[in-house]
Amino acid sequence: MYAQMVKSEATNDDPEKLAAFQERIDRGEKIEPKDWMPEGYRKTLIRQIGQHAHSEIVGQLPEGNWITRAPTLERKAILLAKVQDEAGHGLYLYCAAETMGVSRDELTEMLLDGRMKYSSIFNYPTLNWADIGAVGWLVDGAAIMNQVPLQRTSFGPYSRAMIRICKEESFHQRQGYDAIRKMAEGTPEQKKMAQDAVNRLWFPSLMMFGPSDKDSTHSEQSMKWKIKINTNDELRQKFVDQTVPQIEFLGLDLPDPGIKWNEERGHYDYTDPDWSEFFDVIKGNGPCNVDRLAARNKAWDDGAWVRDGLLAHAQKKAARKHAAE
Amino acid sequence: MKNEWPLWEIFIRGQHGMSHRHVGSLHAPDAEMAIKNARDVYTRRNEGVSIWVVEANHIAASSPGDKGPLYEPSESKVYRHPTFFDIPEEVGAM
Repeated sequence: MYAQMVKSEATNDDPEKLAAFQERIDRGEKIEPKDWMPEGYRKTLIRQIGQHAHSEIVGQLPEGNWITRAPTLERKAILLAKVQDEAGHGLYLYCAAETMGVSRDELTEMLLDGRMKYSSIFNYPTLNWADIGAVGWLVDGAAIMNQVPLQRTSFGPYSRAMIRICKEESFHQRQGYDAIRKMAEGTPEQKKMAQDAVNRLWFPSLMMFGPSDKDSTHSEQSMKWKIKINTNDELRQKFVDQTVPQIEFLGLDLPDPGIKWNEERGHYDYTDPDWSEFFDVIKGNGPCNVDRLAARNKAWDDGAWVRDGLLAHAQKKAARKHAAE
Repeated sequence: MKNEWPLWEIFIRGQHGMSHRHVGSLHAPDAEMAIKNARDVYTRRNEGVSIWVVEANHIAASSPGDKGPLYEPSESKVYRHPTFFDIPEEVGAM
């Protein structure tokens, strides 16, 4: 899940309007930007969509790290296209958030100064090429689990952004699986790298869905408003059930000895991730938190003259055109 | 904030013969850059044959509160639909 622990905002609105709003949502109507909405709905969604957008943007960093070192020209072109998609996904989502009255620059500044978060997963490093395969397969796989139901979310612009994103996301997961499969079927050394990547990224991928339902305090209101469709544990279980056979197909060992088919439940049992690690990463103490934010800040600062220059040029051109008319 | 590029609404013609359709928005300093950015953001997989860009603040929109006065009058005019009229079968296709 690209949006973790989104704090829901209390709402202090006219109860009659609130009830009518809830009825619209229950009828399955989409809420559009100019429609009346509770303040809590607006604020929670800005936080959720913003966090989702930031995750797409920061998510380019661990993969961008390997573009120049991809093993073949074809893999390089594929990875480049994938990372470019992530930029696009970030832009779709920023636009959806902006329809709620927050500006792009405000969102950017909140990311850069740490007021807004991005997914914990991107604070883990990509140490080698096998990690790139594992990220596409596991991380994008986990993201898809969350994003597919969000296509039905109640806020129109968010739903439409998710539909576009889901259309493109399947390519991401498949290229990742294809890359790691090549290694799993390669030399013993390559297979070892693939195994190591799966072992390291498994639990961080499970953390993407957010804390266990019993510790997830913000779900209820969000589910009522249909800005969250499934609980964290539901999605996590679905991800485990889908991924275990994919690991087995590769001939790799399962990354968690606790994974066992539970006949009674009809699901795989698995070990919960170490939640103290999760909260520590969220707090800023993951392996790459400092690097990621520094890279985003540097890109923003280094790009300032381009943004200003292009705007000044556009204004000058417009003024000249105006004078000629 | 003071120097934010304006917002542009993007319309794409998906195929020849179809009309342009709103696909989303983006920021750009001017129309030329908006078209270039729209190419990158909205047509990475052959989704378009033509792009329109309109600065968002030039779009006038109806408001949700006008729903009644705008659309209710048409609800009572069912005779505007062909199915309102019964045409005897013997007359043939019409």
